[in-house]
Amino acid sequence: MRVTQGTFSFLPDFTDQQIHEQVQYCIDNGWALSIEHTDDPHPRNTYWEMWGHPMFDNPDAAAVVYELNECRKVYGSHYIKIVAFDSSPGWESIRLSFIVNRPTEEPGFKLNRTEIKGRNIQYSISPYSSDKPQGSRYK
Amino acid sequence: MPDGDKKLDAKARYSAGVLEYKKMGYWEPDYAPKDTDVIALFRITPQDGVDPIEAAAAVAGESSTATWTVVWTDRLTAAEKYRAKAYRVDPTPNNPNEYFAYIAYELDLFEPGSIANLTASIIGNVFGFKPLKALRLEDMRLPVAYVKTFQGPATGIVVERERLNCYGRPLLGATVKPKLGLSGRNYGRVVYEALKGGLDFTKDDENINSQPFMHWRDRFLYCMEAVNRASAATGEIKGTYLNVTAGTMEEMYKRAEFAKELGSVIVMIDLVIGYTAIQSMAKWARDNDMILHLHRAGHSTYTRQKTHGVSFRVIAKWMRLAGVDHIHAGTVVGKLEGDPATTKGYYDICREEQNSVSLETGLFFDQDWASLNRMMPVASGGIHAGQMHQLIHYLGEDVVLQFGGGTIGHPQGIAAGATANRVALEAMVYARNAGKDYLAEGPIILAEAAKTCTPLREALDIWKDVTFDYASTDAPDFVPTTSVS
Repeated sequence: MRVTQGTFSFLPDFTDQQIHEQVQYCIDNGWALSIEHTDDPHPRNTYWEMWGHPMFDNPDAAAVVYELNECRKVYGSHYIKIVAFDSSPGWESIRLSFIVNRPTEEPGFKLNRTEIKGRNIQYSISPYSSDKPQGSRYK
Repeated sequence: MPDGDKKLDAKARYSAGVLEYKKMGYWEPDYAPKDTDVIALFRITPQDGVDPIEAAAAVAGESSTATWTVVWTDRLTAAEKYRAKAYRVDPTPNNPNEYFAYIAYELDLFEPGSIANLTASIIGNVFGFKPLKALRLEDMRLPVAYVKTFQGPATGIVVERERLNCYGRPLLGATVKPKLGLSGRNYGRVVYEALKGGLDFTKDDENINSQPFMHWRDRFLYCMEAVNRASAATGEIKGTYLNVTAGTMEEMYKRAEFAKELGSVIVMIDLVIGYTAIQSMAKWARDNDMILHLHRAGHSTYTRQKTHGVSFRVIAKWMRLAGVDHIHAGTVVGKLEGDPATTKGYYDICREEQNSVSLETGLFFDQDWASLNRMMPVASGGIHAGQMHQLIHYLGEDVVLQFGGGTIGHPQGIAAGATANRVALEAMVYARNAGKDYLAEGPIILAEAAKTCTPLREALDIWKDVTFDYASTDAPDFVPTTSVS
């Protein structure tokens, strides 16, 4: 399966040139760019690991693409996303977030059902990969 | 000012009998509205021979303190303060028998945090008043002091996006069809296919409550199976608007609690449940971390005709105060009523921190929302993937685009229909961000994206000629004119 979180997961994977274009759009809007990676793609895994701080005063999309490739050298088998933060009043949150790197094999998620009273079912989702300890998944 | 419009001294003013409203203190052409006043703009159509200023004064009177005759008990109160004051009457452009009347209301006339109380005055008795042929509430200015007495949207656009982990693009939805008659099991099938295919949300229609063919618990159970299956299939957070509309508040709370117990991220209500019920559900939603979707069922009975009723821009303002998170606000290009400029005005009311006067979009007042959350507008009704460039151009990014027929009617099935919409959407947002002239090049961008997405190719082929190009019944009147006063 293909994890389709993020703004552009239904499009073919972006080239570095395409990533550069989207990053430039964010910079032009005054947003800070951040690179985050994880080996736990659970839809409610909010806090992916940060590759350094968000780049607050960086005018150059090429610097983000450079850092992305540095991150890929270390975490190339993980999910990596680019996140744009907007600090303007009334928003103060993420404006754009798209996956730019993913494992070659994506085993997907297990749906766990616990039957409780009545016909009610309690659901939980767990990535098949997360059975292994953090750091040793997607090897 | 004609002599007869002048204010009377107290003795003449309170002599028993009948007096023109304008002489009773409801017409004050020199009045400068206070920052704390509620201001209403009415479009009035007086009966033949009725002076427009007297008609405006009558509207002010009947929507505040007046009755048809002089009453001595006025003198026991600070009547001057409580009287609404018509202070400006303008002829409308192009409609010689209609006038825009501006009326200011003292803040103390209204109970804090109550849409029911606000509307009981502003759209109460006055709409049946005989000297008027027709009356329409066009817009309102709600002072910050009053806005702050309301909760506002339970979740708001920003937190909704954070909860859904979905940024940078419109959300995608679809209403399950056929809207009536499916069993719970079959209904859940549509939900599963649509969400798995790429939608963020599916939706109950306004009249799906608890009927013989599908009772509410059954629907909720099957829908949540579908939502969780789709979430596992995609790694995304999915939702389905479970409509909790019912005959009593007790029943709605019961259904909402069950939706929460099942882990739904969103519940839905219909406008027809009433303002108080909406405020109660908004409070419940805030207390229970639930997104609250409002279907504006019934609004066209009073919003659509230009001379009589309440403009939808006013309903949108009331709903932002009342505290819903989603509100259907028009599509521009779809099958339902919606002039582009007027629709933009509605969207601005939903999404801006402050609205500025903009006569061309129907906004007559500056409106400060005082940090109330933003509402997510929902575009639904006769839209399809081939219009994606227009939809993003007119409606922007913070909107739910709902393709019901445009998803479920896809020749290759529901999941394919959903995929077509999602690919079209992402391709268009990508092109926009990359600096393309996406409105002009929209069809080319879509055709390009369809090269790697067969479902999109098929969607574009089957719906390429579908447009709904009819004259609007509710375009704004905005040629600046001088005041008659």
